[in-house]
Amino acid sequence: MSLSPSYDAVVVGAGMSGMAAAIRLAMFDKKVLLIEKHSIPGGLNSFYRRANRNLDVGLHALTNAVPKGTRAAPLTKLLKQLRIPYEALKLSPQTHSLIRFPKTTMRFTNDFNDFDDQIKSQFPNSAKGWSDLVEVIKAFNETNLENKYESAKEKVSTFIQDEELREMIFCPLMIYGSAWEHDMDWSQFVIMFKSIYLEGLGRPEGGVRTIIKLLTDKIQELGIDLRYRCELQEVLTDQDSVKAVRLNDKKLGEVKVETKLVFSSAGLPETLAKTQGYDSISARSGSMSFTETILFMTKTPSELGQNSTLIFHNNRDCYQYEKPQQLIDDQSAVICLPNNYHEGTSEFSEGVARVTFMANNDKWVNLDEENYKLEKEKVTAKAIALVASYFDDTPEITFHDTFTPKTVTRYTSHFAGAVYGSPDKSRDGRTKTNGLIITGTDQGFLGIVGAMLSGISMANLHGLQGGRL
Amino acid sequence: MTTIEVRQKVLDIIADIALDDDVTTIDDGVSLREQLDLDSMDFLDIVMELKKRHKVEVPQEDYPKLATMQSCVDYLSPKFQALA
Repeated sequence: MSLSPSYDAVVVGAGMSGMAAAIRLAMFDKKVLLIEKHSIPGGLNSFYRRANRNLDVGLHALTNAVPKGTRAAPLTKLLKQLRIPYEALKLSPQTHSLIRFPKTTMRFTNDFNDFDDQIKSQFPNSAKGWSDLVEVIKAFNETNLENKYESAKEKVSTFIQDEELREMIFCPLMIYGSAWEHDMDWSQFVIMFKSIYLEGLGRPEGGVRTIIKLLTDKIQELGIDLRYRCELQEVLTDQDSVKAVRLNDKKLGEVKVETKLVFSSAGLPETLAKTQGYDSISARSGSMSFTETILFMTKTPSELGQNSTLIFHNNRDCYQYEKPQQLIDDQSAVICLPNNYHEGTSEFSEGVARVTFMANNDKWVNLDEENYKLEKEKVTAKAIALVASYFDDTPEITFHDTFTPKTVTRYTSHFAGAVYGSPDKSRDGRTKTNGLIITGTDQGFLGIVGAMLSGISMANLHGLQGGRL
Repeated sequence: MTTIEVRQKVLDIIADIALDDDVTTIDDGVSLREQLDLDSMDFLDIVMELKKRHKVEVPQEDYPKLATMQSCVDYLSPKFQALA
């Protein structure tokens, strides 16, 4: 395959947002080139294979996991926009998840009343403030592209004075999407609150591969030019407007393609660094990165006595959501037990546990090869010990793999292994260059559903409706 | 083109967009939004599909005329006729 000399739009990155944007544009006859630096799709939510096993990157859970037919919900909205039937997702809801702090453990399920009851019984003094907060959240339009930035911690503390409860509420929401340390933007807090607590968590059978396959099938059906191992070198401009892109393609070498519209999911500072006309870039690189250890076990988690799908583990009274001083913060973690979504299906022939620690990208990058291996082994040992503490019996590990911020940087274009992107977002997708649009995590919708909605809404706004809000 | 054919063409588009809804039971006199899970994004898609499939253009100020199946047929029939 060769490339055309010009396209209506070039989409950078075949992750969730890039694929969704490309699909929307091509559905309405735009000629689209979708480029991906890596040799497979998915971006920050991807997959790989080791020792005959399927491993997922990202996707502990699909948020916004409402049942089929739920009206006006983000998940059903995006499925309609992409013309994907609900059943094709093969979504299984979570059993329950735990938020475990030193003094208190809370459970939540996809029935919000369970969480509501727990909070009211464990924190009776905060019951009124909690109910008021939930009403404010429900009424807030978090996807309005003109919302101002506001501290969620400050706003929530006007409703809830109990610090432990506040920290427990924030914990899953932050680790599943905040590019800010210690705090979240209020709109993003509301997005996450609704998507996790009010709508719920699920997992497609087959994991992230199932979603990616649905998207790549559409891409093929629509005749989108998708090129892997093809990296953006430069966005060329002419008087503040996009005129072309320079690409480095593994097979074709350096190629120049004309276009007036670029949708980039590579990140805000990452994209601006490759665009003509930006001498200094005001958008900051993100600092939140993670390690993840994937463990395969002879027994399933439920056989080992643990039925939760996710455990948000925290050993401190406060939840320190920040770039740790050390390689990882071993005092908090998220444990994902995917078997528990799918009791009785044949997807897994072994037990699987995934353990995520917050990590310091700089420290990982500065290790020499030998110490890098050694430190990865230490992280693995800590992950095994942590998981085992939630089981009745000691798990027997058959295979394990750990990836680090270094891995994230290598396979995605995100600076500093920043999984949730820059703390600076471009909510309407615009940059000061006409025709250069940001999609995905740096546009500010979070999670896999958010990323796809970001691609859809940016493609609709800037590609199909000519930028009219 | 008969109004029955116009109705079928609109129905085909709606069925492709609201693909998890049952479109066989649509009451032509009742708002589509009330009967199906359609929001403003979906109405834009109906408009874009009309243009893509049938070259029928609906200017923004006329979007309210797509509120019910009956109003769609009434509004779109002359436009389809003009193209025939």
